[in-house]
Amino acid sequence: MTAGAGPTMTRVRGRNTGAVAADQDAAGLGRWRAGLFVLPALVLIGVFLVLPALWTIYLGATDFQLTGTAAAQPRIVGMDNLLSVFSGGGFAGSLLLTLEYVVGSAVVGQAGLGLALAWVMRDRRGVLRRVVDAVVLLAWILPNSVVAFLWIALLDRDSGTLNALLGTPGFGWLLRYPMLSIIVFNIWRGTAFSQMLYSAALANVPRSQLETARLTGATPWRQLWDVVLPQIRGHVLTNLLLVSLWTFNDFTPFLLTAGGPDHRSETLPVFVYVTALTGGQLGLGAAISFVMLLVNLVIAFGYLRLLGRRKDGAA
Amino acid sequence: MRTATAMALTAFVGASLVGCGGPAGKDAKNVTLTIAANAITGGKNAAEANWLTDYVIPRFVAAEKAKGVTAKVVFQPSGVDDEQYKTKLSLDLKARSGADVIDIDSIWIGEFAQAGYVKPLSELPGKAAEDWDGWKQMSSAAQDLVRFDDKRYAVPIGIDGRVLYYNKALFAKAGLGTDWQPKSWQEILDAGRKLKTLPGVTPIQLDAGTAMGEATTTQGVLPILAGAGAPLYAGGKWTGATAGMKDTLGLYRDIYQGGLGEPALQQEAKGRDKSFQEFADGKIGILGESDYFWRSVINPKGGTAPMADRDTAVGYALIPAQAPGKGLRGSDFVSYSGGSVRIINRNTKYPDQAFDLLAFMNSADAVKAGVDGAPKITARTDVNDEVLGGDPMLKFVADRVLAVTSFRPPLAVYPRVSLALQEATAAVVAGRSPDDAATAYQATLAEIVGGAANIAS
Amino acid sequence: MTSSVISPWEVTGRIGRYAFLSVVLAFFALPVLWLAFAPFNAHPTMATSFPEFTVENFRSLMDNPNALSSIGNSIVLAGGTALLVVVLAALASYALSRASIPGRDALLYTLLLLSSIVTGTAAMVPIFLLAFQLDLIDSQLGVILVLTGGLLPAAIFILKDFVDTTPRSYEESARVFGASPLQIIRHVVVPLIRPGLAAVTVWAVANVWGNFLIPFLLLRSPDKAPASVVMYTFYTEGGQPDLGLISAFSLLYSIPVVGMFLFVSTRYGFRFHGGIKR
Repeated sequence: MTAGAGPTMTRVRGRNTGAVAADQDAAGLGRWRAGLFVLPALVLIGVFLVLPALWTIYLGATDFQLTGTAAAQPRIVGMDNLLSVFSGGGFAGSLLLTLEYVVGSAVVGQAGLGLALAWVMRDRRGVLRRVVDAVVLLAWILPNSVVAFLWIALLDRDSGTLNALLGTPGFGWLLRYPMLSIIVFNIWRGTAFSQMLYSAALANVPRSQLETARLTGATPWRQLWDVVLPQIRGHVLTNLLLVSLWTFNDFTPFLLTAGGPDHRSETLPVFVYVTALTGGQLGLGAAISFVMLLVNLVIAFGYLRLLGRRKDGAA
Repeated sequence: MRTATAMALTAFVGASLVGCGGPAGKDAKNVTLTIAANAITGGKNAAEANWLTDYVIPRFVAAEKAKGVTAKVVFQPSGVDDEQYKTKLSLDLKARSGADVIDIDSIWIGEFAQAGYVKPLSELPGKAAEDWDGWKQMSSAAQDLVRFDDKRYAVPIGIDGRVLYYNKALFAKAGLGTDWQPKSWQEILDAGRKLKTLPGVTPIQLDAGTAMGEATTTQGVLPILAGAGAPLYAGGKWTGATAGMKDTLGLYRDIYQGGLGEPALQQEAKGRDKSFQEFADGKIGILGESDYFWRSVINPKGGTAPMADRDTAVGYALIPAQAPGKGLRGSDFVSYSGGSVRIINRNTKYPDQAFDLLAFMNSADAVKAGVDGAPKITARTDVNDEVLGGDPMLKFVADRVLAVTSFRPPLAVYPRVSLALQEATAAVVAGRSPDDAATAYQATLAEIVGGAANIAS
Repeated sequence: MTSSVISPWEVTGRIGRYAFLSVVLAFFALPVLWLAFAPFNAHPTMATSFPEFTVENFRSLMDNPNALSSIGNSIVLAGGTALLVVVLAALASYALSRASIPGRDALLYTLLLLSSIVTGTAAMVPIFLLAFQLDLIDSQLGVILVLTGGLLPAAIFILKDFVDTTPRSYEESARVFGASPLQIIRHVVVPLIRPGLAAVTVWAVANVWGNFLIPFLLLRSPDKAPASVVMYTFYTEGGQPDLGLISAFSLLYSIPVVGMFLFVSTRYGFRFHGGIKR
């Protein structure tokens, strides 16, 4: 079976267990028809994703700007942009902050809390469930501009709700703990996705297995660890990968802290924004984006190594 | 759809940008013109949007009809940050499309001209623009606003100026009197020290740091620098770590390291909004801002931080030079101005008709209709004389501030220089010395403007 | 799951569960409080307070020519994108899961990584110029296509996990009875991966709903603008927010999505009682 299913005790019995099954063409698709199924998606992706992405990478090798002389005649500057990215101050610091942001808010925060919520509420229905779902979701769907107001109102020094609750008037959370603030913020902001994905994944875990485990007296913790997690390993990998990538490229902290104070929350997407939009250096911004792509690549490889190769057999 | 997309893709790879075709001539009988502005009904700059749709378009169309021309005029509204508006315009212009008549910030003229998005009015539409009788009514400050490399690129709409606002009630409480006009930086600091004795009051708000963005540069660094007698850019050279720059940052040190300003406000993402609210709540003594603050922030009617007693409670003073006579061009007082202007898209099909529309929009009647009920400083002196009478503050800016004002260099590299200046003030606010901040600023500046040869230090 | 045997684990578990949920609820609800008060406040500030009740903010929204219709536009964009994403991703992920296409995993990862670069600030120039060349400026279809292209890789990624974990035996049985591959997908696979489809739908809608940059760059007519773009119009010339309108509009803006979510979760369910019984 798949890596996602893992070696478990009561997997569905059928003729299709085993490594070959993942690729076995059960519906009689055939390679040709399979290609036809994939084609529409690939065409759209090719035109509206790959093309602009490659174009952006190309822009990264130019001094392109939207205005000024460089807009009229952009020059190819080759590796110069990359060199100035690495030599200029700020990049290394920004990268570290970004990693801190990813690990803190996405890996530990969103994925952890999302799984916990999905697990705790796996059998719930009713009002409580609805209310929790709705609030968690609300945090996710509100537009950035609004969310920024909500959090500034929450963390404001003088009239913030948090200071009022804690009895700490005048405490500037965003100034004293900018990274912690945006990490907690992003947990609030993005947990809904992980919760939803894990809930959907848990729904696919055969109940019979959980029943068996429960009747043998396994604690909920052991049920989760021994029975459920191996089953949803593929989803865990997908989830971690996606939330890490998204968080790595997330620009929202800018709205809360403007990268400050003193660059202490200037993650890479903020760095790109300041370079490309405020400073107008789109070429340089594109070059930084390219470096970010490479870091994303490393992260993706990291997950693959850590959680096993996915979907190509139970290796 | 798949085939269509694939074909479009092929077409795209092969095609270069296609222009809109040549001008359709002075005598075209069917004309379509589009106006773009960062204004939208029910939102940002709603008054301007309403003026465009309710006054300009129907009346211009009627006037053209009287000339036997069928004109269709479309308004393309936006309601976003200036930076985003600029991005969208640049993309349109880069693709050789976009509206025919476009509202922009005067500071973008140079970069748009360098990018080839706009031509001098003497070339497009040509003589008609040179001979336009409206120029006679434009104030000299407004005419400076639209000039780049000694050529006019746009028709000015409005102009602003910077002053020091002060809270009269706090001044009275601190024993400063309610009629205040400082004549040197020292007098500002002295007033600040007296205000500091009042509990819960931040004496001075002088914009600083990167979160305030351009506000830091325009109503902070540049007027102060001008007061120290230094322009930001002159004769092809940018001001580096000069004595004037160090004095400027020295004033920031005196304010923020001397307990006269609130550093947190300069660091928070919404610090500027918050400083406005605090001024309106009577918690800030002195605040440097443009007339916008008066019109749109503390305005009792529709301001974002309204003050019911604005007219009696808020005073305003010219920004003094470091010491009398020490300002730019030997002046006693200084200011910086920006404004909005209208350009003609260089790829318009109807340049002559577009200028007709521009001239119509900037005619005395139209401008008067545009400020109806909400006076602001227009580019036209005749209209200003008529509409500013009821607002002494705006009159003060038009008469006294614009006489001593300066302009930012409208070059593509300016936003980065501006950012470097913001960084320098942020460093001082965070506790570093003015000398260190100035040195770091000069190093950054050298990278931006291409080496020490372009820096005056 | 309701059993008469209640172990001590379940008692502690229940207490812990409620404690945990209370904390979570407080954490997620606290920031939203501002949204509950500010829209009804005559002079809202950054403080969460309730001094002067008014519905004036909503009244001015009703008068705004773009406010209400923009929510309709958002529904069109989000619905169109979600539909396209779900259908195309379902077909693609099924084929990718069942047929051995060489280089499949490498391709998927590459596309996923590229999708992160096009969400950045730097990609807006290529995206705009591309749409311009394809004559998709000021077209809602253009926005839908661009957004779909960006969302598809992740959607395929997510859905493929779900397809991978469904048993193939059903499909084989259906095939024995002479069903075509499309019929098999529709009648066998789709019901099996329904939780995944629902999750991807909600995810796609949420992404489009909050997206400002793409519709802002590509659309020109105000009557086509979605709510995320209209939201940005409630500022002054100097960039100061009109908190009354912004908060009132946010409230209107969130209702359709929360409603949709509750509907989807009730009707199609991501999870309750298991998506599939085996």
